[in-house]
Amino acid sequence: MSNTRQSRKTPPRSTKSAQSRRRFLTDMARTACGVGLFGVGIAVYSKSASALPASAIRPPGALPEEDFLAACTRCGICVRECPYDILRLGRLSDDVPTGTPYFTARTDPCQMCEDIPCIPHCPTGALDHKLTDINNARMGLAVVVDQENCIAFRGLRCEVCFNICPIRGKDGAISLEYRHNARSGMHAMFIPVVHSDACTGCGLCEKACILEEAAIKVFPTHLAKGELGHHYRLGWEQKNQAGKSLVTPDVEHHYNMPEGVHYDYQNAEITVDPEKAPATDKALDTLNKGIREAE
Amino acid sequence: MAADLNNPGADAIAAKGWFKAHKWLLLRRMSQIGILLLFLLGPLAGVWIIKGNLSSSLLLETVPLTDPLLFLQILAAGFTGLTIDAVIGAAIVLAFYWLVGGRVYCSWVCPVNMVTDAADWLRRKFDIKGGARFHRHTRLWMLALVLILSAVTGSLAYELINPVSLFHRGLFFGMTLGWVVILGIFLFDLLVSKRGWCSHLCPMGAFYGLIGKFSLIRVRADARDQCNDCAECFVVCPEARILPPVLKGEQTGVPAVVLSGDCTNCGRCIDICAKDVFHFGTRFGDSSNPAAAKIGDKPSAVNQ
Repeated sequence: MSNTRQSRKTPPRSTKSAQSRRRFLTDMARTACGVGLFGVGIAVYSKSASALPASAIRPPGALPEEDFLAACTRCGICVRECPYDILRLGRLSDDVPTGTPYFTARTDPCQMCEDIPCIPHCPTGALDHKLTDINNARMGLAVVVDQENCIAFRGLRCEVCFNICPIRGKDGAISLEYRHNARSGMHAMFIPVVHSDACTGCGLCEKACILEEAAIKVFPTHLAKGELGHHYRLGWEQKNQAGKSLVTPDVEHHYNMPEGVHYDYQNAEITVDPEKAPATDKALDTLNKGIREAE
Repeated sequence: MAADLNNPGADAIAAKGWFKAHKWLLLRRMSQIGILLLFLLGPLAGVWIIKGNLSSSLLLETVPLTDPLLFLQILAAGFTGLTIDAVIGAAIVLAFYWLVGGRVYCSWVCPVNMVTDAADWLRRKFDIKGGARFHRHTRLWMLALVLILSAVTGSLAYELINPVSLFHRGLFFGMTLGWVVILGIFLFDLLVSKRGWCSHLCPMGAFYGLIGKFSLIRVRADARDQCNDCAECFVVCPEARILPPVLKGEQTGVPAVVLSGDCTNCGRCIDICAKDVFHFGTRFGDSSNPAAAKIGDKPSAVNQ
């Protein structure tokens, strides 16, 4: 009796250590499961929360989105440095990853400061310190998204986006292309065309667009731009590079024409050599000529 | 001696007066609010002493400061293009907390501390007991998780929801739903788990706790022979389990200094103790060797 009571009060050493080991393992497993589950939750959430909406444009010099999300400390120094106060940090309820800087072109476009003050104090280089010429910034790309509502396509004079664009001149970001106005039959249309090799994505054009909803919009570059298959080679460029044709030259095509008649396909005209050509206007004579000769 | 443990402090107020019994608490609140005001001075008054937030900031337009845990997360995410400013900034912050105590970040700087302290205070007032308990290494798991998440997702995934940076950033850059997270932490600490967030889950606390293991300034209990077992320090301490071994260390040979990195150097135990058992000192020296205990430290009356 006293023996059993004793053992209940202070169990043998082996049982005690077995118990504590079991408790240790249970605790461990519980913690690991809890924390692990939490982690899976965040990982899944981060997948959806890291998608940048098309309307959010990163500040100039921002690294490609994947690197940017690894490098940005979410400190907001760029927000403070911007003299026009266009930058915002993503908040928990926004679509933008929490704490990361962005601007909205339609309401607050980048004003393209020459000294790019938002960059130098970025602590990690998430905004690339190597960008010193704002004209080389590629925040996004402007696209004339709605060619039905853009009034230039209706033959009206507008050109506001062309005129507000800070990248001007022969190699400007927006040029005007003249096109025949088929409706009036006598006027030209002044169509805005964006050139991706010059557009910085500042968004001034989107802000300036006179429509209710802008017809020209800035999108993150990866959304706005197509990309040619990497295996593609443009024949004429290859030919220029090589200085000669890289394939066997085509055999000159012979058109099956009557004697003395020559077809020039590039000028699309028929020339007749009267000396050699059959001296008759009657087509049948020409066709029968061969038969007569055989006779 | 029969102290009301739900309203600790009566003995200390009687012995030292209200102000001395709340000295470190007041200083701490001044520090926490002062730091918030310093950051707010820029956007509100245009006086830019410090720019940014606790994740990264720029002091007086020259000194970079970067949260070292964030720095590690960036490295874990595989980003290698860090500027020298980020490295210097993280080193400065690391050196500072090595000097003053790792989790000084938690109790003197972090704004969430005010929220969880309030929850703990209310918990005592309303006598809310029990609730979920966590293994004391849970926060280390959380810390590991944060770094693993960065490595796996290649982005600072934890920063999407990190309540500490969410709160601090939100105060200066707009909060919206951030308030819900803060309210959640408050209710969690109040109703679900005592000191649940700061003392058990927060990975930032865990990280600064690791620095604290080696940090210089520590709470000392050189006068532990004066302890009258009122247990009030135990009640107010956010990391209660670290105090008893030090207080009762005379028999077990534990030095009279809180060496645990989990100690936040909040100084609440110093305030609450009517017998002045505790004081701030360095980690070096032992009460058995009073000369050593005086290094960089006011000699305490008891030691003489």
